[in-house]
Amino acid sequence: MDVVLFLPETYLLMMALVFFCQSLWKSSAQLNQGIAVFLSGIGVIINLYAVNMTGDLFWHAYRVDLFSQIFKLLISVGLLLISVLCLKNKSIEEKLQPEFFMFLCISAAGLMMMVSSVELITIFISMELSSYSLYILIPISKDISHGRIEAAAKYIIFGAAATGIMLFGMSYIFGVTQSTYLSEIIKKMPELIGQPVGIVGLLLILCGFFYKLSVVPFHFWTPDIYEGTANETVSFIATMPKLAAAALLIRLTNLADPKSIDLIQVLVVISAVSMTFGNIAALVQKDLKRLLAYSSIAHAGYILLGILTLKLDGYSAVVFHITAYMLMNLACFLVISTVSQDGKNVTVSDVSGLHKRSPLLAFTLAVGFFALAGIPPTAGFTGKFFLFIAALNEGHLALIIIAAVNTAISVYYYLNIVRSAYGQDPNGLPAVTLSFSNRILNYGLIISIIILGVLPTRFIELARAACEKIKL
Amino acid sequence: MDFLIPNQLNYPILSVLIFAPLAGAAVLFLIRNETVARIWTLLVSLAVFALSLPLYFNFDPSTPKYQFGEHSSWIPAFHINYTLGIDGISLLLVLLSTLLFPICVLGSWKYISKRVKEFHFCLLLMESACVGIFSSLDFVLFYIFWEAMLIPMYLLIAVWGGPEKVYASIKFFIYTMAGSVFLLVAMIALYLKTGTFCIPELMTKAYPFAFQFWVFLAFGIAFAIKVPMAPFHTWLPAAHVEAPTAGSVLLASILLKMGTYGFVRFCLPITPNASIYFAPYMLIISIISIVYGGYVALGQSDMKKLIAYSSVAHMGFVTLGTFFFNKNGLEGAILQMINHGITTGALFLCVGIVYERSHSRLIKDNSGIAKIMPIYIGFFGFFCLSSMAFPGTNSFVGELLVLLGAFADYKLIGALSIPGVVLAAAYMLHLLQRIAWGGKASSHFSDLELREIIYLAPLAVFVLWIGFSPGPFLDVMHVSVNHLLEQLHTAGAVALVK
Repeated sequence: MDVVLFLPETYLLMMALVFFCQSLWKSSAQLNQGIAVFLSGIGVIINLYAVNMTGDLFWHAYRVDLFSQIFKLLISVGLLLISVLCLKNKSIEEKLQPEFFMFLCISAAGLMMMVSSVELITIFISMELSSYSLYILIPISKDISHGRIEAAAKYIIFGAAATGIMLFGMSYIFGVTQSTYLSEIIKKMPELIGQPVGIVGLLLILCGFFYKLSVVPFHFWTPDIYEGTANETVSFIATMPKLAAAALLIRLTNLADPKSIDLIQVLVVISAVSMTFGNIAALVQKDLKRLLAYSSIAHAGYILLGILTLKLDGYSAVVFHITAYMLMNLACFLVISTVSQDGKNVTVSDVSGLHKRSPLLAFTLAVGFFALAGIPPTAGFTGKFFLFIAALNEGHLALIIIAAVNTAISVYYYLNIVRSAYGQDPNGLPAVTLSFSNRILNYGLIISIIILGVLPTRFIELARAACEKIKL
Repeated sequence: MDFLIPNQLNYPILSVLIFAPLAGAAVLFLIRNETVARIWTLLVSLAVFALSLPLYFNFDPSTPKYQFGEHSSWIPAFHINYTLGIDGISLLLVLLSTLLFPICVLGSWKYISKRVKEFHFCLLLMESACVGIFSSLDFVLFYIFWEAMLIPMYLLIAVWGGPEKVYASIKFFIYTMAGSVFLLVAMIALYLKTGTFCIPELMTKAYPFAFQFWVFLAFGIAFAIKVPMAPFHTWLPAAHVEAPTAGSVLLASILLKMGTYGFVRFCLPITPNASIYFAPYMLIISIISIVYGGYVALGQSDMKKLIAYSSVAHMGFVTLGTFFFNKNGLEGAILQMINHGITTGALFLCVGIVYERSHSRLIKDNSGIAKIMPIYIGFFGFFCLSSMAFPGTNSFVGELLVLLGAFADYKLIGALSIPGVVLAAAYMLHLLQRIAWGGKASSHFSDLELREIIYLAPLAVFVLWIGFSPGPFLDVMHVSVNHLLEQLHTAGAVALVK
């Protein structure tokens, strides 16, 4: 066994250990935030180094290939961006900050293990590792006005239910295939996928990831948790687990035959319902985080457009779009957590006149929300474009028309926020001063969203190469 | 690549025209002084106009191929290329765009007093998107410019607009976006059918009628909203009324053309059979737009609204000419696009001029100013005459060609459009009469400054030029138009209808 293959995960666990030590004595918030940025920066370098590794670990339960390494790199980049975003963290009490970072690291490590797992029990354990840390993170918040305990309880209960359903599905699959290894299961799947037990088992397993991705009907937790949790914590919950969930959905739907009509039909229905429900519910939201929650439900529907093709093109479009999604969501959360006073929630009227209070932040907001709306030349458009091509190539014309109409609907609420930031006067709201690191993060996100949108070639080819590796 | 003539000049002229405004916009970030920002934007847009002139002088009117071509691979995984080129149909539209931007900068010199830098930033972004739209030969590239143009236009209305700007800007954005998503779906469907996004290649393929039917519908919705044809026109008066002067000018002169350009560039050659099938309906809708737009314009008390509804009527003539599928009609339609851009743009500038003085767009607040502003009324009256297609002005030539096309094949349609011409004279003369000799003007009016004369004069020159000698403008489009009609004929489609 080659230990180096496990380096990214080991590194994150060591990082968690550092913060555990920090939590033992009094240390200033600034120091902890500095350590987080520095260490997660090194983490990105390690993951860059690890991108080309391939191999098997732990008796073939754990696979290191381009597909998993790309997702690990994305997770480490996300963690770095979130650490920078957490500088001057206003919503977490100072003495709890080492614990905050510790659980972030453990959760990220769990997600990294998830994208490498190719065995059902390993998938389950790594998913729980990341979830349990989040269960603890959610109630850590200074702002008690938005029912943080309620949010935490909801996340645990819904999470436990979804996990239970997933385990139940695993038991079906194990029962009929006598194996928990995906490589063994895929050999027996072609004959099983036509039978109810195979398709039900697979769908039940997928439910666990639908929950993470907040696909209807597993979306109920999303708005309340987004609203009730500290801004910085949500920026993690809204992006990282979705990356891993998309990766696992790709790995697991890959088990099914591209011709399994039943599975595709189920996915088509929940995709259409997710985007329609998410967009329509988002129309009336005033709280920005709640709005982003419904927008994430809609985006889960778009992601499923790629998954339900069960083909390489669709999968690589998913990898592209989920990356774009991470960047544009982080751009929005960066604005929210910077504008927020004392970690309070931000409403649409709180960003009014942002162009005067902080031109750079207003521009980030515009880029982020235009990208979410899917308007060129941003990455949000390019990702959606690839997804549409992949799904239409499989003949899902009706679904694409639903998605297109949804795009038009969603423009209304995204635009509303941009209008508030650009078209209104500050009405006495204070100016927002940006620290140096915050500026860098703003520029970085704006540039990467536009570059990924205009010059997607290298990344989409990388994503395609990665998705070729999942054929077990 | 036999449809594309590589660029004959020693620099990539179309890319320069697209990216020079972008670079100019980037430099604006560094400029702190507002006047310097204005002068800089004026210089950039003048330079872009000067740079676009070689397009006309080096244009070869004897070939239907796309000229000044540039081609490089962009996203090979999806066969998306960066392909640029213009033919006789798009040449004049590119030139019209580059001509109007310096005029818009001058026209906003006093009108825009807050957030000057951002305003000019948006203008320059618009300019590169506009040139991009008319010179793209790759569908994805076209779509990106088409959509990206929405952002600066939205901001122009939403930030510098009038009291109802919120409603108007969001309505504008959602209406156009709703149309363009169908364009997106149709574009992907075409790609999956043919494996290419290259527009000239898409034109050469034959598609089954059922496929053409749906693609035409998707295209048609997107373009009809943009034109706008009744009943999709309701966003236009709202957007025009609330937009600042420069926004109205760009909206009327360039944005509306994108819709009719879309019909000519995409619907006719890519879906010829469906175009023929839908032609009667399109003609009827055009007639409705002409008569309805003119009739509603008669009753307006707001100058901008009146001109906005007159736009609906004028653009009806353009779509009318497009769907006759004969040479006169099509050339008239293309010329009428340019004419409408010049005349209506000038009229909106004129409204902006009185608005700067009286702070009202209502006719009753601006009436009777002929005594105080003789030069202004000279220009305004001239453009009003042009708008109602008075002989000797540009619109006369355009509408005459369209009507010639009409009476050649469809006498009834031609006859039905005549009331529109009469209505145009009615509402324009009524407007002119009230503005010039209506009530008694208050004293805060003053006649045109030199700056205002400078930006109105070139437009007036073009009105007369096209009016008296349309040859140089029509000559460049003959071959391209013939080629387009041949494409329609080879589809065996025209025979179907006759």
